[in-house]
Amino acid sequence: MLRLVARRLLKVIPLLLLVTVIAFGLLNLVPGDPAVQIAGEFATEEQIEAIRTELELDRPWLSRYGSWLSDAVRGDLGDSLFSGVSVRSQIWDRLPATVSLIGWSLVLSALIGIPAGTVAGWREGSALDRFLTVGTTIGVAIPVFVTGLVLALVVGIKLGWLPATGYVGITESPWQWARRLILPAFALALTGAAEIARQTRAGVIEVKKQDFVRVARANGLHTRQVLGKHTLKNAMIPVVTVVGLQIGRLFGLSVLVEQIFNIPGLGSRLITAVFENDVPFIQGTVLMLGTVIVLVNAGVDISYGYFNPRVRGS
Amino acid sequence: MTTATPDAAPSVGPRSTAASRPETRWGRFVRRFRRQRGAVAALAFIVIVVVCAVFAPWVAPKDPIDQDLSASLAGPSSEYWLGADRLGRDTLSRLIFGARFSLLAAVQAVLVATVLGVPIGIVAGLARGWVDAIASTIADAVLSIPAIVLALAIIGVLKPNLTNAMIAIGIVYAPRLFRVVRSAAISVREETYIEAARAGGVGTLTIARTHVLPNVASPLVVQISLALGFAVLAEAGVSFLGLGVQPPDASWGVMLGQSTAELEDHPILVLAPGIAIMLAVLSFNVLGDGLNDSLGREIRRE
Repeated sequence: MLRLVARRLLKVIPLLLLVTVIAFGLLNLVPGDPAVQIAGEFATEEQIEAIRTELELDRPWLSRYGSWLSDAVRGDLGDSLFSGVSVRSQIWDRLPATVSLIGWSLVLSALIGIPAGTVAGWREGSALDRFLTVGTTIGVAIPVFVTGLVLALVVGIKLGWLPATGYVGITESPWQWARRLILPAFALALTGAAEIARQTRAGVIEVKKQDFVRVARANGLHTRQVLGKHTLKNAMIPVVTVVGLQIGRLFGLSVLVEQIFNIPGLGSRLITAVFENDVPFIQGTVLMLGTVIVLVNAGVDISYGYFNPRVRGS
Repeated sequence: MTTATPDAAPSVGPRSTAASRPETRWGRFVRRFRRQRGAVAALAFIVIVVVCAVFAPWVAPKDPIDQDLSASLAGPSSEYWLGADRLGRDTLSRLIFGARFSLLAAVQAVLVATVLGVPIGIVAGLARGWVDAIASTIADAVLSIPAIVLALAIIGVLKPNLTNAMIAIGIVYAPRLFRVVRSAAISVREETYIEAARAGGVGTLTIARTHVLPNVASPLVVQISLALGFAVLAEAGVSFLGLGVQPPDASWGVMLGQSTAELEDHPILVLAPGIAIMLAVLSFNVLGDGLNDSLGREIRRE
């Protein structure tokens, strides 16, 4: 087990380094003179010069990367190009809303996906199974912004059950915080739920055929006991991995959901940054999210090895 | 899908003659594919959309950019089958022309992903060693950044327009194709006929072209279908945010983004492009699954 942890952590280092290269290298994709391009059509000579100084474009690439990396490691991601506010504090301000949204939708997608997948797998081939299989196939294909808009319209506006847009911090009012996050989190959760349902279904079908489950059933144990104690416990292992992998997807899709539900999270800030060509903020966000996901994936792999000793060796 | 009936003779088709001579690979594929009604329907839908997109000027009842303010926000009628938007532009015509942008964009993105992912995947899978290690780590690093975030970041440093958006989405998807191609290449690498070719002095490039590529083709076709679904969805998302296709041109994503303000009173303006996107993505996904089941090797899961 210790060897697994060590080996996995060793793989993390080059990955993290590459993520920093990607984040920093984004600037090199800018065609022509980055300073001129970023400043935009109507920029004055001084503005262009200011951007050149801020990004230190007169220095060679490698030395710029070196100082950027050593700053980043110490948590300094530079300042936004136009507002001059530090990127770290902006990300920090926006993170709670995004993390709340993703947390809620992870919970919801597990609450929807695991029972649905269990029932479908346990009753494989039944009408309910076929219905759920078709449902998950369609669920994956519906764009998250369509689900979001329809939910906002029907539940938020027409029925008026829940507020359709806006965000309230948990410290201000936990009740309002939860109420306002339900709709966006639900919209975000649907694709994830479909994925988790598929994985759970496959896991249940796999485990259900194993001898110990058949013995338990033959011994006359109640279905609920066989399902809960023997089948689900084992079928859940791959599901944990999927839930872990969902986090990256959810971060990405939250960009769209935040835009629709007017949530002041990281995603909506990123869109502003993209429109403003705010390269330091874009770099900082890519670096931060890439790092988080690399670490989450490593954690998921390690926990997989913990739950399933057979994979430790390979 | 239907349960795995063995490849017994279906009642239709020229199967009766097949008893006398062995079935070709293509024949087997067609027979298997035809059994999957979902995939056939998906293919039919895609063909219809492609035909509409190609012949849009002849198929569409009106000009998609032509404004008729007297018809502003008109409901569905015999003249405007799906109504009109705030500027009085015919929704149906915009959908038909929008298919051009959405499909073209998806093809562009998948082309970029293929050009990047396939050759590198074949080389990495054949060469193994440090080449493979480096390429795989890069793929892993790109995959660990959320696809939409990376695409937005690339668009952010380039310029928001359709081509840049599709290059971004192609780059983001390339590692997925890379992985599939690489593992297919690895699985054929140890085959005896490759060893024989090597021993016979055939160069690596020739081996890659004549032996590996054909074996990679089946999983690749499946992945390309799924990639097209991903690209349609991604293009819609990026254009919805205003970072893809630029008005007055309109893809389905642009139509959606422009009509969010009309959602409450004229939901059809949002639902029409939304359903179009959903059906297109669904079709590519179902087609991909169907191809996967039809192209599989002889030994299949029960």
